[in-house]
Amino acid sequence: MPYPILKKSELAPNTVMMQIYAPLATKKMQPGQFVIVRVTPNGERIPLSISGWDRDKGTLRIIVQAVGRTSTELINLNAGDFIEDVVGPLGQPSHLDRYGTCVLIGGGYGTGAIIPIARELIARGNKVIGIIGARTKELVLMEDDLRSICHRVEVSTNDGSSGTKGLVTDVLAGILKQEPVHMVTAIGPVPMMKAVSIMTRPLKIKTFVSLNAIMVDGTGMCGACRVEVGGVTRFACIEGPDFDGHQVNFDELVYRQKMYIPYEKKAMELCTCK
Amino acid sequence: MSGTISNKDRMQIPIQVMPEQAPEVRVKNFTEVPFGYALEVALEESKRCLDGCKAPCVKGCPVGIDIPGFIKKIEAGDFIGAAKSLKKYNLLPAICGRVCPQQEQCELVCVVGKKGPSVAIGRLERFAADYERMSGIIEVPDMEPPTGRRIAIIGSGPAGLTGASELARLGHKVTIFEALHRPGGVLVYGIPRFRLPIDVIDTEIEMLKKMGVEIICNAVIGKTLTIDDLFEQGYEAVLIGTGAGLPYFMNIPGENLCGIYSANEFLTRVNLMRADMFPDNITPVYLGKHVAVIGAGNTAMDAARTAARLNNTKVTVYYRRSREEVPCLPREMEHAEQEGVEFKLLTAPTRFIGDENYFVREMECIKMELGEPDASGRRSPRPIPGSEFIDKVDTVIMALGFGVNPIIKQATPGLETDKKGVIIVDPATGKTSIDGVFAAGDIITGGSTVIQAMGQAKKAAKGIHEYLPTKTLPTKTLDKEMAKI
Repeated sequence: MPYPILKKSELAPNTVMMQIYAPLATKKMQPGQFVIVRVTPNGERIPLSISGWDRDKGTLRIIVQAVGRTSTELINLNAGDFIEDVVGPLGQPSHLDRYGTCVLIGGGYGTGAIIPIARELIARGNKVIGIIGARTKELVLMEDDLRSICHRVEVSTNDGSSGTKGLVTDVLAGILKQEPVHMVTAIGPVPMMKAVSIMTRPLKIKTFVSLNAIMVDGTGMCGACRVEVGGVTRFACIEGPDFDGHQVNFDELVYRQKMYIPYEKKAMELCTCK
Repeated sequence: MSGTISNKDRMQIPIQVMPEQAPEVRVKNFTEVPFGYALEVALEESKRCLDGCKAPCVKGCPVGIDIPGFIKKIEAGDFIGAAKSLKKYNLLPAICGRVCPQQEQCELVCVVGKKGPSVAIGRLERFAADYERMSGIIEVPDMEPPTGRRIAIIGSGPAGLTGASELARLGHKVTIFEALHRPGGVLVYGIPRFRLPIDVIDTEIEMLKKMGVEIICNAVIGKTLTIDDLFEQGYEAVLIGTGAGLPYFMNIPGENLCGIYSANEFLTRVNLMRADMFPDNITPVYLGKHVAVIGAGNTAMDAARTAARLNNTKVTVYYRRSREEVPCLPREMEHAEQEGVEFKLLTAPTRFIGDENYFVREMECIKMELGEPDASGRRSPRPIPGSEFIDKVDTVIMALGFGVNPIIKQATPGLETDKKGVIIVDPATGKTSIDGVFAAGDIITGGSTVIQAMGQAKKAAKGIHEYLPTKTLPTKTLDKEMAKI
């Protein structure tokens, strides 16, 4: 049975929020977990992080940025259309505990995924500061949502069109000077997660990153999502996606994410969805 | 008719060859390699089965098929009857006729085989099952009246499908939960179409649906729902048939370079996601000009032969023991060699070397020699110091066997497993350490064959049937009891 899209709204150019009816996948969903979707009958399986869910209504909320063929096909669908497959929740939940002060950093579509983590950390008595990073103002996602949950939210843009001019690490550096921070979670592009981890390592602040490795089945069966953490190979799909940022081999992840770029270009050329 | 030919004459009939696609043709397609027996050929082969034989073959079969029974039906021209009698023991004869290791089972102990080639039991099984499928007159098997009992089965591979058919026939309401978007398990993602065409599997799955079995895809038990949730939803017993399916790697330097896959990933991309049809299908599969397959089991042969069919690639299988110890079925290695796959025996990789883009370009290997037999009885390989050499490779497929997937174990406290995560069961009933939970297939062995999984699933189905509370007996049984009064 295909999975209907109930709502769609455009958050930024090439980036949408969708509400999908997938009741089975919501039943056990925890912050930090993800789903795998297949958009069309001839489609590939891609992992997507979750920015919210409603168990009673059986709905999931996803933020999708068009980067390849499958995500482009997905954002071109509308409310009333169907997605071929949705399976989840997959992966391990985020490390939710009572830390004290937590800084949650979202870059691009990764901002969606920090929302449920922020909500749960606050419920556990933490102080939560959100940082949203984007290139420019119109690409800042979910700011209002995050402001309605977090104790404090900061924005950074490369061009200074909103918030601090610079990178999320510039904002993080400022916060680290102002107050003690006990946990940092960064979700977004690999260079951002790497930069955050480099900044927090000498300060010994617990830092989690969510690794968006290439996946096929998402249940540990294939090993496409192999990542090196602390010198050991781990499967991001069943042992992650969250790992200790101080232990991750980010450079390897970047190379492995690029493995199929020539194929993605070819698939994109043949896409009628542009 | 049987009886009109003497056993002496039967012994004179030569084994009937099953024609197959020529290697140079088939290596360019994914169509099934052997064509199967034509009707008159099957008739001739069936005459080789002796009359009045003690049929040691039946004991050689993990599901105890009445082998002479179905072969004599073929000889009598009752092909549909032959298929029906096969299905009494094995719902999936078209699959087993193709992928069973008959040479190690029924055909190994065949009486005719003592003086020459055994009766081609597997080919005849395939013939009867295909005849029925092609005829379009597949009938739902006789089923007991509904018992109202609900049973959940986890996984739709060989164990799950067999368990479902056995339990549905007993009148129980069966629901299968499948993690992937399509049912069939390893039959669909693992075994290539040139060994097992997809319509064979789909026919069997359609039959299960006709028998009232419900299949829910995109449900990862242990994640989407737990086993406790299934009991809460009213299922009275659970059969775990999730398979092995956690690929092993070697933990040697460079193993995470791009272009290095597990056999499971490579086969899943091609078989399940149809990457051979890229870009019409969106899932790609990266394949270079020289593919190294590490390991020589059946999965390794599937990967090697699949790679040989894509992109005109050169494929070399690297195996650390000698030809004698190669673990795959002899016919698989034979087929692979015919298709141009090369074998480098007594050779093991020691590290992989990549280029500036992190793609594998070279593989360092070491030559091995065989020492004394180890615990498994096989001579254990040991490296020859200083024999290292480098081969140019740009794709590596690791086919080193499987560990057990941890998802169910992690989500099911109290489920006893061994150190490797293999679920511990009572071999007679499939019963696990949790009341009402049974298991069958690779999850209880750590990795075996389709037919072994089916044999275990049959036992577990019987175990479940006997486990279900007897206070409300199935109606038919009740009627019998009433009739006695």
